[in-house]
Amino acid sequence: MKSFEEIVEILKNYFSDTSIEPKSDVKFEPYIIIPPQEIDKVCLFLRDNSELYFDSLVNLSAVDDFNGQKIKDEQGNEIMQGGTMSVYYHLESIKYRHKLLLRVITERDNPVVNSVTSVWNSSNWHEREAFDLFGIKFLNHPDLRRILMPYDWEFGYPLRKDYQNPEFYQGMKVPY
Amino acid sequence: MSVRTEEMVLNMGPQHPSTHGVLRLELTLDGEIITKVVPHIGYLHRCFEKHCEVMSYPQVIPYTDRMDYLAAMGNELGYVIGVEKLLRIQVPERVEYIRVIMAELQRIASHLVAIGTYGADIGAFTPFLYCFRDRERILNLFEITCGARLLYNYIWVGGLSHDLHPDFVRLTKEFIKEFKPNLRELNNLLTYNKIFIDRTANVGILPLETAINFGVTGPMLRASGLKWDLRKDDTYSVYNKFDFDIPIGEGKMGTVGDSWDRYYVRVLEMEESLKIIEQAIETLPDGDVTSAIPKKIKPPVGHVYSRVENPRGELGYFIISDGSTSPFRVKVRAPSFVNLQIMDELCRGHLVADVIAILGSVDIVLGEVDR
Amino acid sequence: MIYDFLNDLTGSPFIAGTITALLPLFAFILPFALFAVLLERKVAGHMQDRLGPMRVGYHGILQTVADIIKLIQKEDIIARNNDKLLFNIAPVLTFAGSYAAFAAIPFSSVFLGANIDLGIFYIIAVTGLVVAGILMAGWASNNKYSLLGAMRSAAQIISYEIPTILVVLSIVMLTGTMSLYDLSESQTSYFWNWYLLGGPEFEIQKFLLIPFMLIGFLIIYISTLAEVNRTPFDIPEAESELVSGYHTEYSGMKFAMFFLAEYANMFAVSAIVVALFLGGYQSPFGYLGNLLNINWLIPLEQFFWFTFKGIFFVFVQMWLRWTLPRLRVDQLMAASWKYLIPIAFFNLLIIGIISIL
Repeated sequence: MKSFEEIVEILKNYFSDTSIEPKSDVKFEPYIIIPPQEIDKVCLFLRDNSELYFDSLVNLSAVDDFNGQKIKDEQGNEIMQGGTMSVYYHLESIKYRHKLLLRVITERDNPVVNSVTSVWNSSNWHEREAFDLFGIKFLNHPDLRRILMPYDWEFGYPLRKDYQNPEFYQGMKVPY
Repeated sequence: MSVRTEEMVLNMGPQHPSTHGVLRLELTLDGEIITKVVPHIGYLHRCFEKHCEVMSYPQVIPYTDRMDYLAAMGNELGYVIGVEKLLRIQVPERVEYIRVIMAELQRIASHLVAIGTYGADIGAFTPFLYCFRDRERILNLFEITCGARLLYNYIWVGGLSHDLHPDFVRLTKEFIKEFKPNLRELNNLLTYNKIFIDRTANVGILPLETAINFGVTGPMLRASGLKWDLRKDDTYSVYNKFDFDIPIGEGKMGTVGDSWDRYYVRVLEMEESLKIIEQAIETLPDGDVTSAIPKKIKPPVGHVYSRVENPRGELGYFIISDGSTSPFRVKVRAPSFVNLQIMDELCRGHLVADVIAILGSVDIVLGEVDR
Repeated sequence: MIYDFLNDLTGSPFIAGTITALLPLFAFILPFALFAVLLERKVAGHMQDRLGPMRVGYHGILQTVADIIKLIQKEDIIARNNDKLLFNIAPVLTFAGSYAAFAAIPFSSVFLGANIDLGIFYIIAVTGLVVAGILMAGWASNNKYSLLGAMRSAAQIISYEIPTILVVLSIVMLTGTMSLYDLSESQTSYFWNWYLLGGPEFEIQKFLLIPFMLIGFLIIYISTLAEVNRTPFDIPEAESELVSGYHTEYSGMKFAMFFLAEYANMFAVSAIVVALFLGGYQSPFGYLGNLLNINWLIPLEQFFWFTFKGIFFVFVQMWLRWTLPRLRVDQLMAASWKYLIPIAFFNLLIIGIISIL
């Protein structure tokens, strides 16, 4: 069992030229911020390192941070410009019983994150869900399709905070 | 001479008697042999996570009921534990005991459905009704406790909506006494039936490494041979006060991690749940169950991941608070959602009839898969 | 026989033939199907700790009548892409196959549609029509589930016909007759004369035969169970896999025809088993009519014993259905080709050796 500081130390030693940014001043759960293009390499290291051995991805959640600039579009709806989106990775090592929370921050206007499906298969559907509901594109994902919404849904990503319902979907009126 | 053969695509579902709801499986068949399974989900998507962002914290609880509707108590428990962690509330001992009793009764009820419908999938219809007969009694217990039989809204942040009914302890003891012989009868009728074993043993074998890599949890993971149960390994509520075992798959009838093991782990878990309920009822402390309920729920800024062992596996809630009265984001790690991913891995090379046997042993609830 | 009797009475072969042909349908098959459906639901209900139908009539005895009335009123749906001709013929053919079998079943010494010398051979041949009907239904429905169900059904019925015939052959070899009437007549009166217990000849052979007859009886019962698609061999209509197999697309009376055929078939195969092994229509304990010297009572008693034995085996089929899970296709085939057929062959061989001793 390794503490958060020890894990950060190991990571910093190995990834010396990558920005590994630990945040331990938050309440409840400290986390490490990883750049979106490095997440798959970091995860592979975390899984295969014999001291860490994070063999299980418990959860992967995308979050719309909603911290950009609010502007009005033509219809007068409030939309967001700029800002960031995050993806949180909850890792756990069944062997050593330690846990870790990673966070990836990407641009809200063009969210692109490297997929970790090659590391843990369990992330496959989680990433599809994040793509479906937030529009985050996961590079190198084997099967990035919509999962919960209909395949022909073209009205945006519902879990974004500024999402607006379409007027009609396949001839059916949506707001009732 | 070579004959041109063609693969056939068979759509199983969304309306099919044994997809347990509205799951669509796109099966690619070579004769009757499965070459590929693509699950299509989302037919029951009700935007739970979007709803949460406009609801206040207590208002979310009834929505959690509707995810895994066969294990609503467990869903409430997971969410409430998360919010309590955010608020740093200590709940009274009696509340914790009642929560454990409810969660374990719910586990038995849920496993009864899983086992019963599994039998029905394999073609044995009678065990299904035997299971539902016993489940009905648990639902009656819930009904006298909180008035609802399926979706309870019983476990609240910091407490419970009602105290126990005065008859609850007596009726639960009666239920346990009568349920034990029924379980034996079920085992004789279905578990050790030769045909049932032939249909399920060595079918859909899930090796442990694959299971962990796919994030499989709950009875499925334990059937693959890992003693991993959040009630013991990442203990919550008052589970550490009770003495119970974690059954794992031993490959008694075939290989470790086959469908029969997954089925049998559930049967054994019901017995363990009975043990917990018996102990909890014997040592049930007195107290007020509503005293710790906060007047206003406004957690500080922060995020928390709370998880409980639901009948289907690890149920996690990732709750982010922005300091207002409603959550900023709630992400649910639904066990069925993660467990269902493995269908393709398990089914390839088996027959169509085995898909049913495997899907039944994965035990999904579509309300939770689609949320 | 009943035909000769009617021919003498009316003097017209046509009327006699028509009545003889329709008698089993109206006197037996329809009432039996009504009764059997109710029995099935009641058996299922009581086995499953519930009551079954209770609303229509006393304890629901009119339930199936109400069901039939409902089915008659239902819209007869034919999907656009069905092969209409085959789709319409299939239920008729299926029903005709199982109905035709009743012509040669000896209900009593006087109630026998046609006393054919090749009775058992005729029944086995004519029930083959059922397979054709099922295949037609599956193909014409233009539905993948129906087609899979029909294919499985054809494979299953053909595979299980072999052990059935092998066992039938051993009895035929022993008795030297294929007429079900002669077979029933030879197992006179008392139950120790049944072929299940070695046959009527009281010699050393009888005792040698008993174990092999028991094996034969088990084989033929299992394989006839498979031939009528009952659990644990109900794979063609496996509800949880193939929705309901070849009759998924049928509605209204056409569906009822399949249903009727299924129940008629259940009795037909039980009747074969009874006629071959359990004395046919013979009473196990001697006749009341002989005791009281009332001759006309004997055929009625025979009719009672025959239906009683038949319905008992139908009940056993229901009992099995509500107890056992279902086999898988390959296991089903393995059961037939790897176990039943070799055992039936050896059984046949041994019975042959014993009979020439």
